[in-house]
Amino acid sequence: MKMMSMGALAALSLGSSSCTQAQMEEFLQKRFREMTEAEKKEVIQRLEETYLRKYGKKFGISAQPAGYGVLWGYGLDLSRCIGCRRCVYACVKENNQSRINPQLQWIRVVRLKKGSLINLENAEHYYNPETVPEPGFMYMPVQCQHCENPPCVRVCPVKATWKEPDGIVVVDYNWCIGCRYCMAACPYKGRVFNWSEPNIPADELNTDVHYLGNRPRMKNVVEKCTFCVQRVRNGRYPACVEACPTGARKFGNLLDPSSEIRYLIENKRVFRLKEDLNTEPKFYYFFSA
Amino acid sequence: MEAWIFFKRTVRMVFVGTKAYYLWCAFLLAIIGAAITFYTKQLDAGLIVTNMRDQVSWGLYIGNFTYLVGVAAAAVLLVIPAYIYHFDPIKEIVVLGELLAASAIIMALMFVLADLGRPDRFWHIIPFIGILSFPNSLLAWDVIVLNGYLVLNTIVPIYILIKTYFGKEPTKNFVIPLVLLSIPWAVGIHTVTAFLYNGLAARPFWNASILAPRFLASAFCSGPAMALIIFQVLRKTAGMKIKNEALFKVAELMAYAMFINLFLLGAELFKEYYTATIHLAPMQYLFQGLHGHHALVPWIWSAMAMNITAFLIFLIPGTRKNLITLNIGSLLIIVGVWIEKGLGLIVPGFIPDPLGEIYEYLPNINEIAISLGIWAFGLFIFTLFMRIAIPIQRGDFVHSKYGKADIKRQYERIKP
Repeated sequence: MKMMSMGALAALSLGSSSCTQAQMEEFLQKRFREMTEAEKKEVIQRLEETYLRKYGKKFGISAQPAGYGVLWGYGLDLSRCIGCRRCVYACVKENNQSRINPQLQWIRVVRLKKGSLINLENAEHYYNPETVPEPGFMYMPVQCQHCENPPCVRVCPVKATWKEPDGIVVVDYNWCIGCRYCMAACPYKGRVFNWSEPNIPADELNTDVHYLGNRPRMKNVVEKCTFCVQRVRNGRYPACVEACPTGARKFGNLLDPSSEIRYLIENKRVFRLKEDLNTEPKFYYFFSA
Repeated sequence: MEAWIFFKRTVRMVFVGTKAYYLWCAFLLAIIGAAITFYTKQLDAGLIVTNMRDQVSWGLYIGNFTYLVGVAAAAVLLVIPAYIYHFDPIKEIVVLGELLAASAIIMALMFVLADLGRPDRFWHIIPFIGILSFPNSLLAWDVIVLNGYLVLNTIVPIYILIKTYFGKEPTKNFVIPLVLLSIPWAVGIHTVTAFLYNGLAARPFWNASILAPRFLASAFCSGPAMALIIFQVLRKTAGMKIKNEALFKVAELMAYAMFINLFLLGAELFKEYYTATIHLAPMQYLFQGLHGHHALVPWIWSAMAMNITAFLIFLIPGTRKNLITLNIGSLLIIVGVWIEKGLGLIVPGFIPDPLGEIYEYLPNINEIAISLGIWAFGLFIFTLFMRIAIPIQRGDFVHSKYGKADIKRQYERIKP
């Protein structure tokens, strides 16, 4: 019954003559969390073929699930950040964001006058000096804070976004309907929207991707930082952590008492952005000096 | 089979009319046609053709949606004064109110669809076929209550009309419970729509508990204002029965509603400006401009001027009981509330954004064209509804055993 009504819907909204088998399958595709292992495999194979046709490149799409006993946490040392935005561009490159018109970025570094931290109204987003850091200013990179209590997940009308068992908030790009309610709900500007078909030069594509992470997206869906799910589930650091020239970015397992992130939380004076909203971010800011 | 005859005659009926009727329909169809070309462009290129961006991710479409939910709610609530004050043609007011509500809901849903990035995945939101995140997402609540309201507001008038056509009295035991149900439901759709914004802690401008009451108060202004104009147009063109006294009574109630609306706004302005925390910024952006950005300032002050002028017009008996000033007041309210509740409510929610950035938004030609198209579509179906409903209610369009089968272009007018 369900399949019949879906088939009828498909025929109605696409018109049977002008669409290929792959498009039809994509249209009828289930939400990722509802798929069986076999269905996941099938979808991934179809996606790899589609990407090959579209970009002329062989992609490896992983669907690796979260590991046991892992809850990812992030630390950011504000006294070390120099505002160079290397993390921003490393992220764009690693995660296949659209490059031009519009250029999407998952990390935003804001420049704050020293003496003001909480009121972001005077934050400068488009600072562009010859050299950084500039005297009198500090810099604060902001990205998805991977809240334990994420307002974006609560508001999504179709459950296209959720928190994985390892704490990463992900989006099923093929299930998102593009209503942008999550963007209105996020207090950290953690989400960006593909207002048009993403633009990535073929030679800049990263072909090592995760289904819920950096695989190429389509127009009119939302996307966000995933702590580089494709890397961290394979024992690597997120791209922004590796790119940071001052070592301001830290990453690790909150459930592992010997991890660096646990050391920082226990020994540094950490704070989280907008704690008054009770979103419980797993993104800790601190000052080492 | 009379049902088949009824259907055939209905279809013929909408194709027959006065010159004004043809012109009006052609005008609306032309706008709809133009809007379709703009919408095709949006489908093709993506929402990049609008002026919305990550900073201001909702705009004109969602503003219109909010406004129209209010119109839909208030159109049905007109039934209450009609009943209390014994406006003569109560059945007519119920039918007109519910059909106006149905048209407004159709427009509201179309605005959501226009705003949706992936309309091709619309089925994801249909309960049981897709996945509707009920009860967590307020948008899921809205999908349910709006569609339920649409069904309710089409069943009742269609039932009354068909019964009347067959020369029978509608069964009270069927109609009255449904009409009574549609009254709290009307309050419900607008409350849920207010909660949609209200429930977002990230947006202090919306995160004020006064939002739902304000929504209802302003809906009680804009909905009846629209009904007042429509009543008069239909009285002139289609010979709808409605007395001036009823219009004046509605206008009086609108004065109270506008007073409450302005009072609630004042309460909010006081709280924000007197405490003057960082949450004042969106309000400041709207009324004064912020850090040199003031795109909405002229809009909101025009809206304020319109609402206050209309309030005075409807308060003073002399101007309230004069059709010319009454109509000026109604138009001022329709536009004033539209600004206050459309752009004036949605856009400042995003300015400044959660990280303090200011991106100024005003709709562009694509958004305006598509919005006009949706309005034209709503008016078009409402016109067709009325084309059938009024002759039936006047007793001109009846079962073939009671009357001649001829369909007149126009039925004689009734003196107000």
